[in-house]
Amino acid sequence: MTQELVWRIAGGSGDGIDSTSQNFAKALMRSGLDVFTHRHYPSRIRGGHTYVEIRAGPEPVRSRGDGYNFLLALGDSFARNPQEDAYYGNEEVKPLAENLDELREGGVIVYDEGLVDIDDVPDFEQRVEENGWHVYPMDLRAIAREHGREVMRNTAGVGATAALLEYDMEHIQGLMEDRMSGEVLQANLDILQMVYDEVEEMEFSHDLRMPEGSHDEEQVLLSGSNAIAYGAIDEGCRFIAGYPMTPWTEVFTLMTQHLPEIGGISEQVEDEIAAAALALGASHAGVKAMSGSSGGGFALMSEPLGLAEMTETPVVLVEAMRAGPSTGMPTKPEQADLEHVLYTSQGDSSRVVFAPGNVAEAYDQTRAAFRIAYDYQLPAIVLYDQKLSGELRNVDESFFDREPNPDLGSTLSEEEIAEAAHHASGKFQRFQHDPDNDKGVSPRSIPGQKDGRFLATGNEHTPEGHISEDPENRVAQLSRRRRKLESIREELDAEESSHQTYHGPDDADYGIITFGSQQGTVLEAVDRLNDAGHDVRALGVSDMMPFPDAEMTEFLESVEEAMVVEMNGSAQFRGLIQKELGRFGPKLNSLLKYNGDPFEPHEVVEGSEAIIEGDEPAPTTEFVPAAGD
Amino acid sequence: MSAFNAIGENREVEREEFTPGIEPQATWCPGCGDFAVLKSLKGAMSDLGKSPDEILLATGIGCSGKLSSYFESYGFHTIHGRSLPIARAAKLANPDLEVIAAGGDGDGYGIGGNHFMHTARENHDMTYIVFNNEIFGLTKGQTSPTSPKGHKSKTQPHGSAKDPIRPLSLALTSGASYVARTAAVNPNQAQEILTEAIEHDGFAHVDFLTQCPTWNKDAKQYVPYVDVQQNDDYDFDITDRKEAAEMMYETESALYEGKVLTGRFYHDENRHSYGSEKRSVGEMPDEPLAERYHDDDYEWERSYDLLDAHK
Ligand SMILES: Cc1ncc(C[n+]2csc(CCOP(=O)(O)OP(=O)(O)O)c2C)c(N)n1
Ligand code: SF4
Repeated sequence: MTQELVWRIAGGSGDGIDSTSQNFAKALMRSGLDVFTHRHYPSRIRGGHTYVEIRAGPEPVRSRGDGYNFLLALGDSFARNPQEDAYYGNEEVKPLAENLDELREGGVIVYDEGLVDIDDVPDFEQRVEENGWHVYPMDLRAIAREHGREVMRNTAGVGATAALLEYDMEHIQGLMEDRMSGEVLQANLDILQMVYDEVEEMEFSHDLRMPEGSHDEEQVLLSGSNAIAYGAIDEGCRFIAGYPMTPWTEVFTLMTQHLPEIGGISEQVEDEIAAAALALGASHAGVKAMSGSSGGGFALMSEPLGLAEMTETPVVLVEAMRAGPSTGMPTKPEQADLEHVLYTSQGDSSRVVFAPGNVAEAYDQTRAAFRIAYDYQLPAIVLYDQKLSGELRNVDESFFDREPNPDLGSTLSEEEIAEAAHHASGKFQRFQHDPDNDKGVSPRSIPGQKDGRFLATGNEHTPEGHISEDPENRVAQLSRRRRKLESIREELDAEESSHQTYHGPDDADYGIITFGSQQGTVLEAVDRLNDAGHDVRALGVSDMMPFPDAEMTEFLESVEEAMVVEMNGSAQFRGLIQKELGRFGPKLNSLLKYNGDPFEPHEVVEGSEAIIEGDEPAPTTEFVPAAGD
Repeated sequence: MSAFNAIGENREVEREEFTPGIEPQATWCPGCGDFAVLKSLKGAMSDLGKSPDEILLATGIGCSGKLSSYFESYGFHTIHGRSLPIARAAKLANPDLEVIAAGGDGDGYGIGGNHFMHTARENHDMTYIVFNNEIFGLTKGQTSPTSPKGHKSKTQPHGSAKDPIRPLSLALTSGASYVARTAAVNPNQAQEILTEAIEHDGFAHVDFLTQCPTWNKDAKQYVPYVDVQQNDDYDFDITDRKEAAEMMYETESALYEGKVLTGRFYHDENRHSYGSEKRSVGEMPDEPLAERYHDDDYEWERSYDLLDAHK
């Protein structure tokens, strides 16, 4: 049996843990494995315990997995700042001490004895013995110092990992050669060699080896944020405005790197109200535009969002959720902004909200968000979270080999404007409500076009754009704006590739429903449940608004009981299902988690088994029965 | 062929062309200073030969914000205080548009104060008209950021303890490259100043003293004004920041002592607008971005070509 590798690198924030793990993940991908990463970091720039996990195997990897089997503990070099002692205590050993709970039985530990004093790690010897761990202390710091600089202890650690797992060092060397040159490259290569030689001398007691795999085609390693940015670029977005806020900043900075190069515009502005307003202004002037933020920043966008709905200005906003309320836990994922995003801003809203469930969906649904926003002239929101934002996963490169789409949707050319409906006074009927037009869309003109003049206003308005409180006009305009959502739902339902993901036998007794980033974890849990003899089917939902009523109804009718898995404490997604469908309450249970860590598959498995068998859920999770139980 | 043929038509444009074909009844009170802004804006655009189709007028919320309803052009009646970020993005998206933003003193100096500072700093090529009636008009007469100290209203019944904001000085220190003040009671000067402001390549801020006879009867906008450019007592170099700053300080203090000084206070013709700065560092395409969406021959870049870094 091939064993999977779940490698955890732990150290101090700012010690290069992130870049080291990204490179190692890439090396694993290049050697033919499927990879998936999970980042855990504190809201602190330098120092503070941080880790990244890479799960790698020959088969597609959809989630983080339960625990891990290889720990590279580097020590926190910034913990040695004496001024910080008072605040943070002895953090040097945390990269070893703090990670032991999740290390699987029989797992492997390499630690930097140059930085970590084993005597400071509570009960270390005893725990090693109990769990059958294999421990290899190495003075990684000394090796790094000898051949280069101390920071290169990361390289030494990766080399030690590779050597201990009998992994072909070539892939790591190749990556280094791609990224470095001259003395730095040579020093790193020397360190690898040195570590390799040292490990060769050692006696192994573990039987964990690097799994082997191969890909049929070229792979790329992308995060959810990367995929959102690339989806936007491919759909012709060339204007972004934003203000930094974790974790949305990742989309913002990647777009900012590329847009000027490819003839677009990026603006870092004074606040999020301005950011959303700029996106509206650019879109109004005929450009595909986006903005975005995380919880608090998105709250500031609430009023411009409503303005986009009322003026029917297409725009895409992305919302990267993190734990709240308020600034909450800046670097921890949660899915508790769902209601905020669905219902923020005053009045009867007409907006679209997608919540992609993995990296590939993030790309697809960002494209869909732009297409729908510009076809239907409304704001579309891509809702994701800190987990999906930062996790890396390999995707076939060919997946991105698609045509760009700079089409502005329901926008008229000057020739078409000349033919279009005008008021007797000559004014363009920008907001006409043609009863024969069942999609509810009224084509728009762009400032600078001849004879297309209109007023976009956040007040209710006549077909020409004049402010109006006439009751008949009000009903006609509001109904038309609402009608768009029905047409969008029809369009999405008819689409060959639905945004919803199904997994498991069609006729299962038991269902698990989730949304967004928890999809992969739930799918893996469902496989395990079915392997264990349960009869379970999963539904990963991506369309939040307009809600996929028909699909959800069909799913819930097909199962006897269902569990809704989401990362928040108030069961917001289950609430949405009940609100949209108005029944099924007694069939639904919630499994909730909101401690700052995403679900792991075993928690979903245990939660499901507990519900099926009437037991307790995992300690970090919580059961909440729906109303009606 | 351009997708925006209305832009740069260069023809004679009658003032009447800026009157909406279907006249929405102006809901301003009789005697309101806002009528004068409308009139001088129409005059300025007509003087400049701008076609209504090449103008984008973005307004805020307030009595002043209704300007876009009564002025025939492309318009965006936005939300309270946010006309500037919407207007400046439209200008970036299509630099060929003639972009004007307008709103009240509450709108522009209060809720939208942050945008005012930053739009001036960036020196976008646009004109910003602030209807300064020293009061919140539309919400029925509350104290505004330009109301004098001691001003009594329902929200400041004991008389405001706050010093009024100094909009001209604020514009100058923030980085505006053209700063002027004019008054509704002097339509000729107002039209001249607006014409110059619109022509100016950079952020032109015009503090437009308007009267609100409904809520602010004792505003001093009615008293005779002095045009500082036509009065020998006020000799200063309009291109010199320091001299302009001193003049503004004097003007802003004098206003609350009942002396209304108007005119141009600062004009820097050498500072580059934000758009040209952005183009010069390669952050913005040379031709209008909005045009590109209508160019069938343009080759759109794909993410596929950017993926090397992820392999
Ligand atoms: C976010 C928000 N807050 C408050 C209001 C209510 N409001 C409308 S106009 C206005 C004040 C307008 O005063 P000013 O900008 O001086 O314009 P004027 O009416 O005097 O022209 C206020 C507070 C609003 N529309 N939006
Ligand atoms: S309330 Fe004042 S500002 Fe508003 S329209 Fe009447 S006079 Fe003009």
